[in-house]
Amino acid sequence: MKEIVVLSGKGGTGKTTIVASFAALAKNKVLCDCDVDAADLHLLLKPKIKETHEFRSGQTAVIDENRCTRCCLCEEVCRFEAIKGLEVDATACEGCGFCAQVCPENAITMEENLAGHWYIAETKYGPLVHARLGIAQENSGKLVNVVRQNARSIGQKEGLEYIITDGPPGIGCPVISSLSGADLALLVTEPTLSGIHDLERVVGVCRHFGVLALVCINKYDINEENTRIIEKSCQNQGIEVISKIPYEPKVSESIAEGVPLVEYIDNGASQEIRSLWQTLSKVVRANQ
Amino acid sequence: MIISIASGKGGTGKTLVATSLALSLGKQVQILDCDVEEPNVHVLLRPTIVQSKPVCIPVPKIDKAKCTYCGECAKVCAYHALAVVKKLVLIFPELCHGCGACSYLCPAKAISEEGREMGVVELGCAGEIEFVQGKLTIGEAMATPVIREVKRHIDPTKTVIIDVSPGTSCPVVEAVRDSDFCLLVTEPTPFGLHDLSLAVDTVKVLGISCGIVLNRAGGTYNRIEEYCLEKDIPLLMRIPLDMGIARLYSRGATLVQGMPEWRGKFLELFHIIEEIVAEHRQVRT
Repeated sequence: MKEIVVLSGKGGTGKTTIVASFAALAKNKVLCDCDVDAADLHLLLKPKIKETHEFRSGQTAVIDENRCTRCCLCEEVCRFEAIKGLEVDATACEGCGFCAQVCPENAITMEENLAGHWYIAETKYGPLVHARLGIAQENSGKLVNVVRQNARSIGQKEGLEYIITDGPPGIGCPVISSLSGADLALLVTEPTLSGIHDLERVVGVCRHFGVLALVCINKYDINEENTRIIEKSCQNQGIEVISKIPYEPKVSESIAEGVPLVEYIDNGASQEIRSLWQTLSKVVRANQ
Repeated sequence: MIISIASGKGGTGKTLVATSLALSLGKQVQILDCDVEEPNVHVLLRPTIVQSKPVCIPVPKIDKAKCTYCGECAKVCAYHALAVVKKLVLIFPELCHGCGACSYLCPAKAISEEGREMGVVELGCAGEIEFVQGKLTIGEAMATPVIREVKRHIDPTKTVIIDVSPGTSCPVVEAVRDSDFCLLVTEPTPFGLHDLSLAVDTVKVLGISCGIVLNRAGGTYNRIEEYCLEKDIPLLMRIPLDMGIARLYSRGATLVQGMPEWRGKFLELFHIIEEIVAEHRQVRT
């Protein structure tokens, strides 16, 4: 089984549009949405949820007012400024438990957070594992791990060929959790100066974790000069640009209709995504 | 006044709005790039950087002469960043949040702290705009310490504009916290709406009032407008879907530089935000 993760660094370059199209094109796969704090893939794949699980992770300090003698030691030791006037700001608390350890009255307990939910679902394209991080919760990296592990075990159980993962933007904790140990990363960029800058950083992360990276330039015709800059810089770094997708004004419409682009239209952009999947699946199978 | 620019969904135009707002104000303004994973404000403003400071978090260092291998440090660490195996203390610095519990609670006083660099803060200016950005080191997972450090440079005498990362989790919470107002930039698609609603919920948990900028407006999808009405959130600006704007951005030009007529609209936006914030303060007092 091969695991392909789609990343971008910069947000809004077209990751989900491409993954949803892969969902329609690839056979024998499990789909996985690792953008757990702004997951959108389910809006196109219309899953039927079969299992809902709680994601419990991290802790928050709770002060028992009756035992508290207002000595304020907790406030003093907390480096996250999460205790102010003996009130715990749950959005600032990192759950380290330092305050609970030092409280001379044992007035502080650490309570486990319900930090979100994750789901196993069925779509017309195959199984999907996705999640929803609770509002203002942390530990998105751990939730990504749970999602990936479950996608992997479904893949193994059903003898599937691919895990196709829609990754989060950025380069931090949830990206690292989505990427480490994957077989291949497809980096979707756009020919804007921001896109170029952000691509460089996400390429760095792939290199850091030793994952093969391939690049796809989406909306390449918006600025062909920048597209050439990206191609050149990738060439210099020994990274292959395997696809250039033209700007397609109907993308928004296809999202509004809730249909993967390749099933919505059959012209330039959609044909390019078809051949992108052909190339990608070939490369990932050949990559040992 | 602190105005943060967030979105939920990535690529909706946060940086475009943040930089155009800063340029329209021109003076007495500070722009903070708190999208420390992928900071892009500098791409559009091209500031002169005058200072770069490492961001470190304190991680434990064991004094072997004093350590009794009692295991207390490993027991108190909520992040499993320490493990004690017989006569050996293993430290996993990338798991450490720098809370300081281990060094404080070590009965033998055998733990000191040393800084571990996880990014940099860069200071500079673009014209009269004061510029601060954080940059997370590649391969590092935790963005929040870098964001916190960027925000230590807030100058409360100025208008502070904070560019936030996409999403709704800890980096967003850290960046938006303590703002007077949060502008949420979205686009007219179900993705835009879905992630906007998550962002609105996050901002509400933080007790911050918000307004919406609809980017790439036009077309037939009107669920964003309906959502704003339903939730009673002001729709403060529309930026039309326009290839001219997209091309400007691709070259790294801001909206107000490429299309100066937008300066007036951004100033108007700023005054409306001022009014909302003033009203909010009155209600509170």
